[in-house]
This record gives sequence, structure tokens and C-alpha cells, in this order.
Amino acid sequence: MRYVDEFRDQRLARGLAEAIAAEAHPGRVYRLMEFCGGHTHAIFRYGVQDLMPPNVRFVHGPGCPVCVLPMARIDHAIALATRHGVTLCSYGDLMRVPAGERRSLLKAKAEGADIRMIYSTQDALRIAREDPTRQVVLFAIGFETTTPPTAVAVKTARSEGLANFSVFCNHVLTPPALRIILSTAGPDGVRLDGILGPSHVSTVIGSRPYDFVAREFGRPVVIAGFEPLDVMQSALMLIRQINDGRAEVENQYTRAVTEEGNLKAQALMEEVFSLRETFEWRGLGFLPNSALRLADVYEDLDAELRFPVEVAPAREVRGCECPAILRGVKEPTDCKLFGTVCTPDNPMGSCMVSSEGACAAYWSYGRFRDARAAG
Amino acid sequence: MCLAIPAKIATIEPDGQTARVSLGGVTKEISLALVDEVAVGDYILVHVGYALNRLSEEEAQRTLALMSEAGVLDEELGVNPPIPGSAGGEA
Repeated sequence: MRYVDEFRDQRLARGLAEAIAAEAHPGRVYRLMEFCGGHTHAIFRYGVQDLMPPNVRFVHGPGCPVCVLPMARIDHAIALATRHGVTLCSYGDLMRVPAGERRSLLKAKAEGADIRMIYSTQDALRIAREDPTRQVVLFAIGFETTTPPTAVAVKTARSEGLANFSVFCNHVLTPPALRIILSTAGPDGVRLDGILGPSHVSTVIGSRPYDFVAREFGRPVVIAGFEPLDVMQSALMLIRQINDGRAEVENQYTRAVTEEGNLKAQALMEEVFSLRETFEWRGLGFLPNSALRLADVYEDLDAELRFPVEVAPAREVRGCECPAILRGVKEPTDCKLFGTVCTPDNPMGSCMVSSEGACAAYWSYGRFRDARAAG
Repeated sequence: MCLAIPAKIATIEPDGQTARVSLGGVTKEISLALVDEVAVGDYILVHVGYALNRLSEEEAQRTLALMSEAGVLDEELGVNPPIPGSAGGEA
């Protein structure tokens, strides 16, 4: 496939690996956080860590929307379907995420709730158009990449007068999460020397919103594509910045990301959403100004207002280390549940559900087994 | 979740709002609501049924060129350390 295969080329990978090995000073450790779950997935799938010298380490970040969604929000969504009898439309990624009391969207569906798996927000609109007698709720989640498609759906519903369509909004923003990771880094948190910045989030918001990382925290950022060679080249760019004592925002993913991003998508988001004062992130707690709700002019399409639901605070599965893993403080293999009771077939925590979660990546590509055998 | 896939625009509907792309041999209809000025033959990033951005062929070539330079430079300098985990592999 064009724009994919050439960024997985083995010969180029070897050259980049050699350059990294030559330029990383053996005397220092480079701890590079890949923010996105997409990067984590690529690093494990293609064995990028194995191509790095031992002193260049990837630390896995919280950039997996499914992983950071608090269990209570899934309970809330299930309650919309079971108590209010709505048709709940969800992206497939969310279907198996454990909710409170060992429930999930998939189990609720098996028990009779009308929960549909959709590929696009256009599918949710179509379902609403087909049966005007049913209330249809879009379970909207995701970072800035997935937010503009929700905005388009909201605007379409308004212009078509689709009275039976509404949105349960859980969209979150990447810069506040990056800020909390960096401001808690230190003795209790994780030590980071550089950040591989989001790729497709940045196609929308551009590279400018990360300036604060360099300016306030003195850490270099390289916006990195999701293919293995992108990750390797970005690691090399970070190592060069660290060696030079520079802290700048650089863009490796220039074929898709510009400084200003997608202005049309940003304008849509600006119009349709407002900032929430605070929102809970699994593993990171309540973060101010880190999430979106529908703007006041669209509040008639807000499922939280249309269908009031009281949800009890959810309790994490005992022993599940997802919260610490999401902050980069622990690794999946530090969790007692990992690979014993918690596997992708029977996930206890969200990091084992999404293929972008660190636990699922560790498990699926089996690299922890090699490490155990060698160690 | 944030995964987006490169795809080539095969056709654009007369209203300019929808396009057909080929994804791994499967033709899919996607929305153009988030992009301006795309044409048949352009490569775009597709995310949950929407075109997010147009890909720049020029920039892609530049990135690939930088990648190959990184390797060549080391060979020229005669620096050729073994790659961890690839003991015995040819350099």
C-alpha cells in the first residue's frame, strides 16, 4: 500500500538503527515517551524496541482513548441503553471494555440492550433516519482525531432536524494529559527525556499546541508518524535534540502534519463543543479543561441532558495496575493480573482490551516472554 | 482509535461531499466534510469514514530521503556498531 509499505522498509530500518546506536551516548539513558497507543502498537508489532541500544527505552503513554475512559462512563452508557431504552451506537473498540460489576457493552447487548457497533458517525445518523420512533445515541469517544467526525454528525442532525439523535460526549484533549504526565514526572512519577508526539491528533490540531512542553518543561517533542520507520526516525531526532541540549517541537510526520493543522476541522470543533471544567481520566484523575461537551447552542443534542442518569462511582478491579501503567510509572509485567487472570480474551482492565493498550501489545506480540526467557 | 489509513480517491460524488476510496481492495464511501480541495487521484488519510487530511507526496519523499541518509552517513563514517538483538545478522 502506498504511504505504508515504504515506511516499513527493512533496509531503511537497519540504517536508522545503526544511526541511533552510533549517536546515543552509551553513558546516558534516553527515556522517550510515546504518547499514542498507535505508537505503542507499532513499537511492539515491529519490534522497534529490539532495534534500539539498551539505553534507549520507550515509555508507554496514556494516548489510548479506550484505556483512559473511566469505567463509570461505560456504566453511564449502558444505563442509557438499559434504563432509557435508547439505541446506543458505539465504535467497536469499546464493546469489550470492562465496566462496573464485570459488565461490558457486549454483555449488555447479549442481555437484550439495543447496542450497535458502528464504523462511522454517518452510520449512527443513518440508524436514526431509518427509525424515527427510536432514540439513537452516539457514544462519542476519542481524542482530537475522532472529535471532528462527531462535530459533523451533530451539525448534520441539526440541519436535518433529526429529533431522535443525540450524543453522549466523552471526547478528550491530548495537551492536558501531556501536561499532567510532565508535571508529575519526578520522584513519584516517571522520568522522561523526550516525547514522541501524537500523529493523527496532530493532523487536526497541528504541532503548535505542544510548544508548552519545550517551553515550560524543557523537554523535546517530535511529532511522529505511526509506521515503524517514523517511530525510529523520531527517536533519532529526539536523541539528537537531547545530545545537543535542545528542547524544541520538531515534526517528523510532515507528509500529514502541518504547524497549523486542519483549520476546517478545528473550526467545526470550536463551533460544536465547549470545554468541560473538569473530566475524569482513568489513571490520571480529574483534569481541568481536558474534555469537551456539546456547546450550549447544541445542548438539545446532548444525551446527558436528554436522558438523566445517576451512576455510582465504579470500583477498579483489585490488583489492576492500569492506572499506573497509563502514567508510564509501571509496565504491564509489573501487574500481578497480567497474563494470569487478565488476557485479551478475558480482560480485567482497559489496557488489555484495546490493541493500542500497553498490556494488549505486550501480550499479543509476546516480547515479555523472550525477556523472561533471557533474564 | 486514532488510526487513520492512507487511501487514494477513486471518484468524487457531484455534490463534492462524498468520495469513494479503495482500501485494501475494498471500495468504501467516505465523507469529505473535513477537507477542502481534494481531487480524484489524491491520497488522503481516512479515519472512521472521514477524510482527515491530504497526504503530501513531496514531504513523503523528503522523509524517505532523510531516512536513507541517516544510514548512509554512518557507512561513510565507518561507524557500524552491531544492532542489538540481531547478533549474527549481516550488516
